[in-house]
Parts: sequence; structure tokens; C-alpha cells
Amino acid sequence: MSFIQIFLLGMLIVCALAVSLTKNLLTSLIVYMAYSLIMAIIWMMLESPDLAITEAAVGAGITSVLFFVTLKKIHAIKGDREHE
Amino acid sequence: MSKKRSDWESRPQARIKKWFFDGYSAFDDEIINQISVKTPDPVNHAVYDAYIDEISANKHERKLMIEKFEDQNVRSWINARGRKVFTRFYVILSFLLACLMIFFLLRTVAEMPRFGSETSPGINEVTARYIEKGLDETGAMNIVAGMILDYRAFDTLGESTVLFIAASAVLILLRIDRNKDGSPVMELIAEESDDRHYEPRNDRILQGAAKVLVPIIFLFGIYIILNGHLSPGGGFSGGAIISAGLILYLDSFGFEKAGRFFTYSTFSWVSFISLSFYALAKTYSFYMGANGMESGIPLGTPGAILSSGLILPLNIAVGMVVACTMYIFYALFRKGGL
Repeated sequence: MSFIQIFLLGMLIVCALAVSLTKNLLTSLIVYMAYSLIMAIIWMMLESPDLAITEAAVGAGITSVLFFVTLKKIHAIKGDREHE
Repeated sequence: MSKKRSDWESRPQARIKKWFFDGYSAFDDEIINQISVKTPDPVNHAVYDAYIDEISANKHERKLMIEKFEDQNVRSWINARGRKVFTRFYVILSFLLACLMIFFLLRTVAEMPRFGSETSPGINEVTARYIEKGLDETGAMNIVAGMILDYRAFDTLGESTVLFIAASAVLILLRIDRNKDGSPVMELIAEESDDRHYEPRNDRILQGAAKVLVPIIFLFGIYIILNGHLSPGGGFSGGAIISAGLILYLDSFGFEKAGRFFTYSTFSWVSFISLSFYALAKTYSFYMGANGMESGIPLGTPGAILSSGLILPLNIAVGMVVACTMYIFYALFRKGGL
């Protein structure tokens, strides 16, 4: 196992812990996006490019966008112009 | 007791007895008097009852007070220390549960064969067949596409249907219907005003970036779909990429401009045509006992864009369904309609 693979797997664990331990929902969502991207690279290294493309498009893209919209709907993003 | 006695006295038997033994009447009367003196008179009795009642009422009140006090004590304990204790208990319990899960998962991983080893149960005659004859039988350079859209095309139909059912569920839950004459209902107006409140209208940077990026994203998605049988990718990932481009366009230019080329009827027609085409092309294996039929379409030379029979049109169908579904998910999440 090469150095970069160990580094990526370590980052995966760090991201997984950070998602559950951060208090701010927006931060945890962005960390979750990073998790999906790292996962996509790992799929690429495991020689399954089909999964890598799908993970990058769905995991890091569509799912996060849907989460963003939900957070906006429930007014969980700080700095919203709520008082205008 | 007195009541019992008076009952006895008023009975006819007792009267006859009294009359018969008249001679002892004085003695009887004395006894009766003695007894009646000893028994408390009705007034006293009432007072006694009232006293008892008062005592019991006091007791009841006292009990209520004690209960209230204890209740307050418990409540304050819950508010002050109980919450902490409960939180700590909860944390410890979840930690233990997580450790247990990690232990079992790691045990499972330890039991699994090494990645890519020859003795793993995943490497058997099915895999050998796919790898050796896949190109000849399906005509697809990409073995994965040949597998999911030819050998296992019926499974993929199930996956597309699951996605379609999910989209229908979200539609039922989140869609806000208009009135019959097409005018928006109050709820929709409120949602739209709320949405407009947050939407970055006419953001120059976002619009400029979208103008450059959206066509490239569309092209990339179409490339991935059309090259699904030649290179990594396919209908699902390409559709997701196209829908990402659609969402970017919608975010930067708003619902009005996006509605010029993508309305609700677009979604329903595209989904309907794609899914029914897929179903027509592949459900026959359901009736044929999972056996494939000769499609009659020549497989062509492997590597050419027009090759591998039905895989290319099926990829296009899946991609269109996925793109429309993801886009309508986003629109429904944002304001309950297109």
C-alpha cells in the first residue's frame, strides 16, 4: 500500500469523525462533501472508475446540493438574511 | 349499633315478643336505656363523622402536598443533574454500541479474503465468463456496461424503477398543486416569496461562471452517457452530471428562465418515454425465464460508437430518467414545484 493510499484512508477516518463531531451543520456538510471526494479518489485507485464517477457526481454533487437546500429551508445556515 | 337495634325494635316479631313478655318490660327497658346511653347520639355521630372527614381531608391534602413537593424535587433534579446524568448515560451507551459495531465489522473484514486474491469466492466461473466472452457477446468495451445493461439489464430496470418511485414519493410529499385555472394557491405564493428572498438574483459572478460551465458540464454528461459502452461511466453517472448542470443553471438564472426549456410536463414525458422504452426492451426476460433474446441489432465493431446493440439506447434512456429525476428533486426541495 503506497503512502498516498494510507494518507487518503486516514483522511477518510478524520472526515468521518469530523462530520459527526462538528456542531455547525454547514461545516459538517462541507466535510461530508470532502469525504465523498476522497472516496471517489479511492475508488479510482481500486480500479473501479465507474464507481468513482458516480460517487463524485452523486455523493459530492447532488446529495450535498439537496442537503444545502434542506438546510436553507430549515434556516440552519448562519448568516442568512433573515431580518431583512 | 343503635341503628341495628331500632331496626330490631320496629320489626313485628319484636313487638309481639314485647307484648308477650310484658312482665319483664321494665327490665327490658332498663337494658335498652343502658345500651342506648352508651351508644353515641346522632348529633355526636355527625360531629365524629365530620371530625373523621376533616382528618382524612387533612391527610389527603398533606399527601397531595408531599406528592407535589416530591414531584418538584424530581423535576428540579431532572433539570439540574438528571439531564447531565442522562446525557452521560446516553453518550456512554452510544459509545459502547459504536465500539461493538466496529468490533464486529473489523472481525468481518479480518475474515474476508485479501483484496484481489485468487482464492476469493468472488472469482468464479461467472466472472471468468464475463471477462472472457463479455466482449464477444455484448460488444461493449466497458465490461461493467455490458454487465449491467446486457447480462443484468433486468436488475438495472429495477434500479431505475426504484429511483422513479422515490421521485414519485417526493412529488406526493413536497409538490404544491396549483388551482385548476392555473393560478397559484396561497401556499405556493408564500413558498415562492420565501425562495426569492434567499435566491441570489442576477449575481454577475455566478451567471458568468454558469454561462461558461453549464455547456461544458452538459457536454461532459452527454459524452459519458454516449460512451458508456466504451469507457467508464454510463447512464446513471452521466445523468447525474447533466442534472448537476441543470441545477447550476437554475440556481444562477432562476426558475423563469429554466422553465422555458424544462417544465413539469417535460419531466413527466421524458421519464415516461424513457422508462417505458427500457421496460419494453428488457422486461421480456421476465416472461422468458430470465433468458435473453436475440435483439436483431448487429453488435458492430467493438470500440465504435455505434456498437454493442441495445446498450447505447438503454444508456440514453437511463441517463434521461436520472437527469430529470435529480433535477425535479432539487426543484421540489426548493419551492415545491417547477
